[in-house]
Amino acid sequence: MIYQGKQKIWADYQKEIPDDHWYYVRSCIRQNFFPGSEKMFTKITRDDLGLDMHENAHHTTCGGIAYHCDTIPQETVMTIVARQFALMTEAGYENYCCSCITSFGNYIETLESWHEFPELEARIREHLWKSCKREFNKPKYIAHTSDVIYKHRNEIAEKAKFRLVDKNTGEPLRGVEHIGCHYNKMFPSKGVGGAEYPYVLCGMIESWGGQVIDYPERRHCCGYGFRQYHIKANRGYSFANTHKKFESMEPYHPDFILTNCPGCPYFLDRWQYVTAETEGKTYGRNGCGIPVFTYEELASLVLGYDPWDIGLQMHQVAVEPFLDRIGIEYDPGAKYLGVNKKDLGRPSLPEHMVCF
Amino acid sequence: MKETVVIIGGGIAAIEAARQLLSLGYSPLIVERSNSLGGHVAQWHRLFPDMTPAQDLVRQMISSISQAEICLGTEVASLNRLKDGYSVVLSNGRNVVCRAVLIATGFDLFDARKKEEYGYGIYNQVMTNRDLEQWFNTGNDPRVRNPKSIGFVHCVGSRDLKAGNSQCSKVCCVTAIKQAIEMKERFPAAQIYCFYMDLRLFGKKYEDFYINAQKDFDIHFIRGRVSQVDETIDGGVVVKAEDTLSGKPLKVSLDLLVLMSGMVCNAGSASIAGMIRADVDTDGFLRSKDNVYNIVESNRPGIFFAGACTGTKTVPETISEARSAALSIHNYLKG
Repeated sequence: MIYQGKQKIWADYQKEIPDDHWYYVRSCIRQNFFPGSEKMFTKITRDDLGLDMHENAHHTTCGGIAYHCDTIPQETVMTIVARQFALMTEAGYENYCCSCITSFGNYIETLESWHEFPELEARIREHLWKSCKREFNKPKYIAHTSDVIYKHRNEIAEKAKFRLVDKNTGEPLRGVEHIGCHYNKMFPSKGVGGAEYPYVLCGMIESWGGQVIDYPERRHCCGYGFRQYHIKANRGYSFANTHKKFESMEPYHPDFILTNCPGCPYFLDRWQYVTAETEGKTYGRNGCGIPVFTYEELASLVLGYDPWDIGLQMHQVAVEPFLDRIGIEYDPGAKYLGVNKKDLGRPSLPEHMVCF
Repeated sequence: MKETVVIIGGGIAAIEAARQLLSLGYSPLIVERSNSLGGHVAQWHRLFPDMTPAQDLVRQMISSISQAEICLGTEVASLNRLKDGYSVVLSNGRNVVCRAVLIATGFDLFDARKKEEYGYGIYNQVMTNRDLEQWFNTGNDPRVRNPKSIGFVHCVGSRDLKAGNSQCSKVCCVTAIKQAIEMKERFPAAQIYCFYMDLRLFGKKYEDFYINAQKDFDIHFIRGRVSQVDETIDGGVVVKAEDTLSGKPLKVSLDLLVLMSGMVCNAGSASIAGMIRADVDTDGFLRSKDNVYNIVESNRPGIFFAGACTGTKTVPETISEARSAALSIHNYLKG
């Protein structure tokens, strides 16, 4: 691997990310999968970084899941997108950041389509007016929330209480990054680092003390892929894709996986359980899986937030060995306690994968 | 006193045109920005289809123009139209007035780093056709270490709208076959694969070359473009492609991957064309007066073209065109 070659490509694919004043929109599914991530994004950006991160309760789905499952007309999706932009305009913002990778791709695709076909934009404006009596300005900037954390990664590193370093050996922890397909594969220039060697997550790992490792199926889909999960008769195809990735990364012994997409951490986390139960095989150390984190979770960990406050008990793969290696303290007894110490109950443990 | 003709460029087109102009009684002045003559061909090892040593050819050609004036390491600073000729100001400060200028600026090799998915400049075991020719010449490249499996990717930056080049580079198919045979001769145990879109083997003996590659050298030809290259844990590469004849995706682990970088217009050609308002074609190469009958003539009086500055050319085509350009210049100057 020629690191300087990657650096050159990264230099070619930098994008302008505004400093502040964001209109923030959440994902449909992230709050169910890993509910702490979005909460921690707003907390870190507002409390730790002091950013203006505005939310609006009237925000809805962007239509992206239905769009990528081929179950909704594109003009309907665009009209939904136009309504989101109208909410942003009404709130007085022009920098739009979204939590979902598919939404990010959807917004970029919509704006690019309108740029190429202005008559389409005019038609959508008409649809929006007829349906909602709303008008909109197009965002000046669109960013994914991982772009925002990437922009402030060094500031987070300065405030960090922990680094991605093994406390016993002093060696950097080895991370593989997995980028959501809709972040940069549709429009490489819209993603930090481009499509082939994306840098948005690499930059965070490097800034926070870890080491990025590459592996041959790095660019392969996590296994979600919308149609291959929602439309196909069974989940085998989805699982096969994830399995391929783990078989490919196994020889590199990664300590963790970092993701920036709603679906990827879920599938990379949950299918490890399925692999363990069906094949008796685990990919992490000592019978554990490889922990999979969102960038908000990883930022929260290095900033010193309590692992259970950021929702790490929602992960299938146990995170405790990872926390132990860094030296992050946690109360094992508090893992399944919710707000006001409410007992959330304990999940049954898998047979072949070590969990706690 | 012999009339001066300025030749911009120092590749084989320029050398051959100079040779012909000398024999026709002119005084050619070659202006070459690099410090040596011969252009791309001088960096090649052997030339298809007869495996002619490239440097022998270049040496022979250069020896035939000892009477010509040659300015190496020199660029054209400005080129201005006069009433009945041109004023050529060189970067060394010299001003030459002449009635005819031959542009023979050639081509650039496509920068394979632009095809990011192939990993040139990223993965250690990926090289270009030019790198391999240099290894043939010098035997010095750490990437070539007794490879057991080698892949050649055709059409890198050619016929590729995403890369901004729709043109076929003409020579890559047969160059890949030539290089594959040369590698097989050096590493007989190696498995060698050529990934191609279609094979454009139009020249004399090219088809024979291709058949020999399969029959005598057991080189595998796979019709399908490579979609992705990744580095393996042992430092090799794994290539993903689709075999479009069998309709199946395939994945091959290789010790060495060679990218057949195509020809693109020389970046300097457009700047020289701009000095005299000569036309540049949609593919970025210089535009001839017409592409059938007057390829060596431009739309400007006294400005002539030879070689790959007007489009992709083979070595024999370039040499023929240089001779044609010299004759056209002679006819023009004769009035």
